[in-house]
Amino acid sequence: MISMTRQHAHAARLRRARSAASLLEAFAYLSPSIVLFAVFVFVPLVTTVRLSAFTTDPLGRVSAFVGLAQYARILADPRFVHSIGRTLLFAVFTVPGTLIAGLLLATLGTLRLSKIPLFRMLLSSPLAVSAATASLMFLDMYHPGLGILNYLLGLLHQKPVPWLVNETTALPAVAATTVWLQTGLNTIVLLAGLQDVPQVLHESARIDGAGPVRAYFGITLPLLTPTLFFLLIVDVLAAFQAFTQFHVMTRGGPNGATNVMVYAIYREFYFDGRFGIAAAQSVVLFLIMLAFTLAEFRFFERKVQYA
Amino acid sequence: MSRPPARRRIVTGAWYALLGIVAFVVLFPVLSALTRSLLSDTEISSFPPKLLPFPPHFGSYPRAFAQAPLLRYLLNSAIQSTLVTAGQLLTASCAAFAFAFLRFPGRNVLFLVFLATLMVPWEATIIPNYLLMRALRWTDTFAGLSAPFLGTAFGTFLIRQFMKTLPGELRDAAGIDGCGNARFLLSVALPLSRPALGTLAVYSFLQTWNQYLWPLLVTNNNLMRTVQIGITLLQDEERFMMNTVMAGIMVVLLPTAVLFVLGNRQLIRGLTAGAVKG
Repeated sequence: MISMTRQHAHAARLRRARSAASLLEAFAYLSPSIVLFAVFVFVPLVTTVRLSAFTTDPLGRVSAFVGLAQYARILADPRFVHSIGRTLLFAVFTVPGTLIAGLLLATLGTLRLSKIPLFRMLLSSPLAVSAATASLMFLDMYHPGLGILNYLLGLLHQKPVPWLVNETTALPAVAATTVWLQTGLNTIVLLAGLQDVPQVLHESARIDGAGPVRAYFGITLPLLTPTLFFLLIVDVLAAFQAFTQFHVMTRGGPNGATNVMVYAIYREFYFDGRFGIAAAQSVVLFLIMLAFTLAEFRFFERKVQYA
Repeated sequence: MSRPPARRRIVTGAWYALLGIVAFVVLFPVLSALTRSLLSDTEISSFPPKLLPFPPHFGSYPRAFAQAPLLRYLLNSAIQSTLVTAGQLLTASCAAFAFAFLRFPGRNVLFLVFLATLMVPWEATIIPNYLLMRALRWTDTFAGLSAPFLGTAFGTFLIRQFMKTLPGELRDAAGIDGCGNARFLLSVALPLSRPALGTLAVYSFLQTWNQYLWPLLVTNNNLMRTVQIGITLLQDEERFMMNTVMAGIMVVLLPTAVLFVLGNRQLIRGLTAGAVKG
C-alpha cells in the first residue's frame, strides 16, 4: 500500500514536472504575440476606459477625476449626438448596398465560362485599392464643375449636383465611395464561399427538374448564409470605423453633415488635445458596436444554416 | 440534351458581354483616374471633360515625382509593409504552432484570449497607443509605424486552422526520429503550411500598404510620410492639377495591383480554408 501511494506521488510529480515543462516550451512560442497583445491591445483598452473618467492636460496626463459625469457631458453635447446619428445613417447607406453588390458580383463569378478566373479578379479588384486613393478618385469624379458625374447628368439634361459641398448629398456621396471600396472584400469572400457549395447538390437539383434560378434561391443562397452573416458583421463594424474617406473627402463638413463619430473623436484628441473626452467617446462607440454585433447574432444567426 | 452549337455560342457571347459591362462599371473609378493622369494641363481643366486620353500626355508622371518626394513615400511604405509582414509571419507561425501541435495546460483559454483581440476595435486602443508612441519618442520612426501591428490574432488563427489539417502522424513520426519541436516546426510544419503563409503575407502587405490613420498620427516629418498620406498631401498642394494627383495615384496603386493579380488565387484559397469557416 505504502509503495503504491509513493508510486502515485511519484507519477503525479512527474506529470506536474512534464506539464510545467510543456507550459514553458509553449510559452516560448507564444510569448512574442502575448507581449505584443498586452502592450498594444489589452493595456491600452484598460487605459482608454480609465482615461474616459478623467480630464486630461494636453500631454495626455490625467488631471482630475470626473467619473461618469464625463459620459453625461458628452451625451448632453448636441454635436456628439448628431455624430451618432450621422454614423448610424452612414451604416444604413453602406451595409445593404455592399452586401447586395458583393452578392451580385460573386454570383456572376460562378458562371461556367473559360475566362471566368479573369473576371473574378476584375470584379473583386477594389480590394486592392486603398481608401485614400479611392477617396481621391471619387473626389475627382464628384468635382462640381469638371467632374464626370455632373457631365453625365448634363447629358441627361439634369442640373449639376454639388455632391460633397451640399449637406444632403455629402453623406450619401461618401457612402457610395465606401460601398465601392468595401464591395471588393465582400465579392472575394463570397466567391470563396460559393466555391464551397458542393457541386453534387446542383446536379441533384437539376435531375429533380429545378431551373437555375430555383436552384440558386433554394440551394446556393441558403448554403451561403454563414458567409453572408459573417460579412454583415464585418461590414457593420467597418461602417462604424470608417475614417479615411471622411478625412480626405469632407473633413466632417459641410456643417457637420459627415462628422461621424470616429472623425469627431480624431478631432477631439488630435487637434484639441482633449484625451479624456475622446476616450469617453470611443467607449460609447465601442459599446454601440458591441450592441449591434450582439443584436445581429440575436436576430440573424437563427436564419443562418450551418451545413 | 446539349444545345445546338450556334445557339450556345450566342448565349456564351451574351454572358461575356454582360460580364464586360459589369467589369467596366466596377473598374470605372480606376479607368477614369488612369485616363485623367494622361491628359495635358489644358485638357484636364476643360469642359466638357475629355473622355479618352488620345494622344496621351505622360508629363504628369515625372512631375508627380518632381513635386513631391514620391520615391521616399514609396520607400517608407515598402519598409513599413515589409517589417509588418515579416513580423506577422514570424509571431503568427510560432503561436499557431503552439496552438496546433503542443499540449499544455490552459491552451484553450489562451486561444480564446487571442481571439478576443479581434473583438477590440482600433478606436478603443488608439489614444493610449498614440500617447505611448509620443512618450517613447517613436513618432517619425519605422518602429512607431510598425510595432503595434507585429502581432496578429487573425494570422495566428489562419495558420493554426491550416496546421490542424496536417496529419497528426507527421508529428509522431518526427518524434520517433528524435526530431524536437523547433526542428519539426522549421523543417516540416512551416514548409507544408506555405499556402496559409502565402495568404497571410499577401493580406498583411495589402493591409499595411493601405493604412491611413495610424501613419497620419505618428508621422509629422514629410520625409517619414507613407504613400497613402503623401498622395493626399499632393492633392492639397496642387488643387487644380488633378492630372498630377491621378498620376501619383496610379504609381501608388501599382504595387498593390501587381500583388493582387499575383496573389489573387492565394487569397481566395486561404479565405476558403480558414477565415470564414471556423
